Parts: sequence; C-alpha cells; structure tokens
Amino acid sequence: MAGWITKGGNGAQTSIVDGKQHILLMPAWFVIGILLVIPVLVMLIYSFLTQDFRGGVIWEFTLEAYDQFFIDRGLFGDEPARIEWTYLGIFWRSFLQALFAMVFCFLIGFPTAYFIATRAPKSRSFWLFLITIPYWVNLLIRTVSMKFLIRDTGPLNNWLMSWGVIDDPISMINTNFAIQLGLFYSYLPFMVLPIYASIERYNFALSEAAADLYSNRWTTLFKVVIPAVKPGIIAGCILVFIPSLGAFLAPDLLGGAKNFMIGSLVEEQFKGQSGDWPFGAAVSMILLTIIMIILLFYARAQSRDNNGGH
Amino acid sequence: MRKITMSLGAAALAMSFAQSAAAEKLTVYHWFEYIPQELLNEFTAETGIEVVMDTYDSNEALFANLKAGGLGSYDVAVPGDYMVKIMNDEGMLDTFSPSELKNFGNIMDQWLDVDFDMGRKSSIPYQWGSTSFMVDRDVYSGNIRTTDIIFNPPSELKGKINILDTAGETLAFASLHMGFPQCSSDRAQLKELSEMLETAKADWASFNSDGAKDVLSSGDAAAGMIWNGFGAKARAERASLEYSYPDQGYIVWMDNVVLLKDAPNREAALKFMDFLLEPENAAAVTNYARYTAGVKGVEAFLDPELVTSPENNPPADAPAGTFIEVCAPETQALYDAIWTQLKK
Repeated sequence: MAGWITKGGNGAQTSIVDGKQHILLMPAWFVIGILLVIPVLVMLIYSFLTQDFRGGVIWEFTLEAYDQFFIDRGLFGDEPARIEWTYLGIFWRSFLQALFAMVFCFLIGFPTAYFIATRAPKSRSFWLFLITIPYWVNLLIRTVSMKFLIRDTGPLNNWLMSWGVIDDPISMINTNFAIQLGLFYSYLPFMVLPIYASIERYNFALSEAAADLYSNRWTTLFKVVIPAVKPGIIAGCILVFIPSLGAFLAPDLLGGAKNFMIGSLVEEQFKGQSGDWPFGAAVSMILLTIIMIILLFYARAQSRDNNGGH
Repeated sequence: MRKITMSLGAAALAMSFAQSAAAEKLTVYHWFEYIPQELLNEFTAETGIEVVMDTYDSNEALFANLKAGGLGSYDVAVPGDYMVKIMNDEGMLDTFSPSELKNFGNIMDQWLDVDFDMGRKSSIPYQWGSTSFMVDRDVYSGNIRTTDIIFNPPSELKGKINILDTAGETLAFASLHMGFPQCSSDRAQLKELSEMLETAKADWASFNSDGAKDVLSSGDAAAGMIWNGFGAKARAERASLEYSYPDQGYIVWMDNVVLLKDAPNREAALKFMDFLLEPENAAAVTNYARYTAGVKGVEAFLDPELVTSPENNPPADAPAGTFIEVCAPETQALYDAIWTQLKK
C-alpha cells in the first residue's frame, strides 16, 4: 500500500540491512506463504475437483464448477447450452454496489480529508481520532445498530414524524439505500485516511502559485490539487471498492438478504444444503482473477505515469 | 455465539479446577442457546463428570464440521430429524441397546419408532416443535390459517413479510403450499414451484433466520416464518402476534441427542442421555427453549404458561405436521438451483 502512496522510495537502503534482506524478510514471507499463498492454492485446486454431496470433494479433476458458472443448460441440464446469466448478474450487482459505495465515500471522504489536512497540525490528530472512534466497535454491531436507527419504528423516522417533516414513516430498511448507507458507513475511513496522508504532504504553495496565475478555486482543485494527491485517491478507492465487493453483512442485515451478493453466494456453497465446495472455490477464483486484472491495469497505468513524470 | 461458547468453556474450566484432577469429561456439540447452564452444572454435581460444550448454528454446520474431522472429539451432538438419518447413513453414529439407558422407557411412545431412527438405536428425543409463521393481528385480522399469507399475501401484508433464510425449510413449506411432494423431480411441478416463489418474492421484505423473532417483535415485518418456540418469545415482546397452524400443513421437526461414533467417553455420553430423559431435566430444557419435550411425565415440572401456549398447542382441527425429507443428490441439486434462481 505504501508503495502506491510514496513513489520511488527504494533508493534508501542503509548499510545496516545490506545483505541481510532475505533474513529480515523471512517473517513477512512466512506470513504471506502460510496465510495467503497456501489457502489460495487450496482454493485453486478445489475449484477443479469433483463435488462430494453435502460438502467435501472427490479427488477427480473436472471443469464442472466453471461450467456451472458460465454455461446454462436449463434446470434439468438437457437444454442447449446458453450463457448463464444468473451468476454474472450476481457479479454485476456486486460490482455496481461497490462502485456506488466508492463514489459516495469519495464525495464525502475527499472534503473531509481536505478539511482535516488543512487544520493546525495539533488539532489534526484530534479530527483523525474522531474519524476512528466508531471503528472501535465490531462491524457486525455497527451494522445492526444502523438497522435499529433506520427501521420504520426507529428513532430517525420518529424524529422526522415528531418534527412534522413526514406523516408516515419512510421505509428505508431492506432497500438499496440502506445497503449503500451501511457500506458507506463501514468503509469511509478507508477513503479518508489515504487521501489525508496525500493532502498532508501536498505543498500548498502550489495552490497559491495557481492563484497568482489567476486560476480560480475550482480550476486549482481540479488542475493542481487532485492531480497531486491522485495516488492517495486511487489507494482510497481501491480500499473501499474491494471490501465492498465481497461485503455481505450490509446486504444481508440492511438489505434484507433478498438477493445474493458474491459474498453470500460463496457462503451458501459452504454452509448451505448441498455444500458445493468446488463451485464456491471457483466463484472465489473468478472474483480473485477479476480483481487482479483490475489491479494490474492500475499498476501499469501507474508505472507509465511514473516514467512519464520523472 | 462465540461469546456464549467461551463463557460456557470458562465455566467448564472453572468447574474442572474445582474438581479432582481425575475428573471425567463429557464433550457436547450442541446448538447455540439451547440448554440452560444450570442444567449442565447439575449434571456435573450429580455425576462428577465435567461438561465441555461447543456450539453450532445449523444442522449443515454440524455435519460439515464432523465430516471435516470433528468425529472422535465429541461424545454427543443434537442434530435435527433428517440430519440424524444423514449422519447415520454416513456412519457417524454409534448404537446403544435400550437396556443401556435406565430411563429409555421415559421416551414417549410416539417418538420411539421414528423414520429417521427406527426403534431409537442411536438417538433419544431432545425437543420438538414446528415451523410455520406468525402474523401481527393489529395489521391483518382476516383468516391466517392458510399458507397464502406467505405465498399469496393479502394487500395489508404485502411488502411486510420475512422469510426464513434456510433453503430446506422454506422450500419444504412452499411445497406444502402447492401440495407437491418435498422431493419432486417432476418438471412441471418444479417449474410451477419456482415461478410461484418468484412471484411471491415481490411481496417479501426480507430473508432472515436468526432475526426471525426480532423482525416480528420490532414491527419491521407484519408476518414472518418462524419456529414455534421462537414465536412464543416474539409474542412475549409483542402481544398482537399470532402463530398459525395452516390448513395446508406445516413443518414439524425434532432435535435428538445422538451417540457419536468414536466417542471419547461413551459411558459419560450414556449417562448424559439418561440425565436428559429424566422428566424434570427434560422440562428444564423446555422451560428454557420454549419447545416441547419428547419425554413422559414432564407436565408437573413445566412452566404453566407453556402448557396452554397457543404456539405449543395446535388447534384440534389442525392437520398433522410434516417432517423434512432427505432428497437424493440429483433431486437436491434441482432444489438448490431453484433457491439460487430465487435469490439471484
């Protein structure tokens, strides 16, 4: 993550670590190997195995799981093969939802980060502290609390009605609005913090220079500030987009679980009736692949930027 | 739930220190919030056997964990009826003879020869109950003894219905509504079932199982599928709720204490089963969980409110409940596809 924010910080090797890099990297390699590479490999292998009824796998190679994802042969499997839209539709909905969450988080998160970064240095930590307070509480509890707040008989509707703003409660629970509210609330700091880190290092003399050149505030913002803090914005967007994509607490608790998200689709394969582990693994692998492609494109664009800029 | 397990674990640990180092141990794998801690303490006091308990939240989770290597670390578990059969078919259960349990005769006659364990060779009744739905009578005062309330709701209830987020129970209930067998492989029936569900879904507000009580007692939902004991707790919080025994039928289920294969302490497991077959102890579980025991002579120990509660006493003219059936793998795959189609 730091690599995205601090460009070209790799010239700073000191003689203390010279020649010991591998030993010093061991703990990190160990953690990545045990907790990341091995589980992903297990998932990859399982996605190509045969389903055992009610969970587990039979050690026979098959492409059945991927076939089920992409190809529709009707309920009884004897109709001519068509493209299967069911799962692509679930992916599409999850992507759209993550995209919206990202945009909302940016629209609120950027001004917030700007505000904090332009306070006196002493009070900045206080504002950051305020941002992090809700995150001392478990995500599940925060999501359930949100549900209590916005339900038809909840305080929000009661206040609105007692002030005479509305006559009947607004149904907010079990709607897309509720899902977005939940995601926004869950992931806002992931947007604010990286942008804040970028703006804090931004040299405000540049804004003054732009003003001296008769640039108005908006032009300064779009032509000077945003390009300068772009790495922070992109980091924030990725940090909000990716967890929103796999989120299922907000859709289940606030959205009423009426539609599968990618997360709940995978969960159902492991906890549901027939326990189709290979299919669950295949869905996860497909999601992983898509995210990797997005990140690769980003990394390429980033390196092109760097080469052009220096 | 982890907190519950932890506190129980801590209690068990505290007890183990209180007792001699040679104390015997019984390892129970149980549903969450389904047995009062005082009862476990009493068992320890009576027999000197310390109880360690882990919990699960669905039959499928229990099965998956045992299949993934949990067998051999637990003495007893508490699967539902159809899961007893599945576990038995998988060879996960040990058998006992009636003579090994001195309280075997306390099992109610109607629960002796059950389809899922003929003659009770591996299991004893724990609690049984039904799955149906509740309606807020302040919102809808018409006839509620019909599954139309859920699948073809009157206008007052449209958009205010909660469905259990468990494919097995919800699809079985939908099959009852249509009058179809639970494990049908008939194309026309399955297509009709799937279409009926997709139409009905437009009138549903949410899918929620653990919150089935909360959505009703808070008023978020005006009707919702629920288990009868859970429903009794909902009515305690919102008096206008009424549990329905619909004419098309409803689901009955029974949770059973089973003797697991490779139990580390088979003797203690049998003692625990005997303990739970004592009417007083079975009644203690019922008073806690608000379902119904399958043991003779519990009446004297029951909370009087339970004896007459509408959730536990179907009206005289209500049809008998239906147990969930175990479908063959090919058929189950069709129902899974219908569920995915419904929630896509």
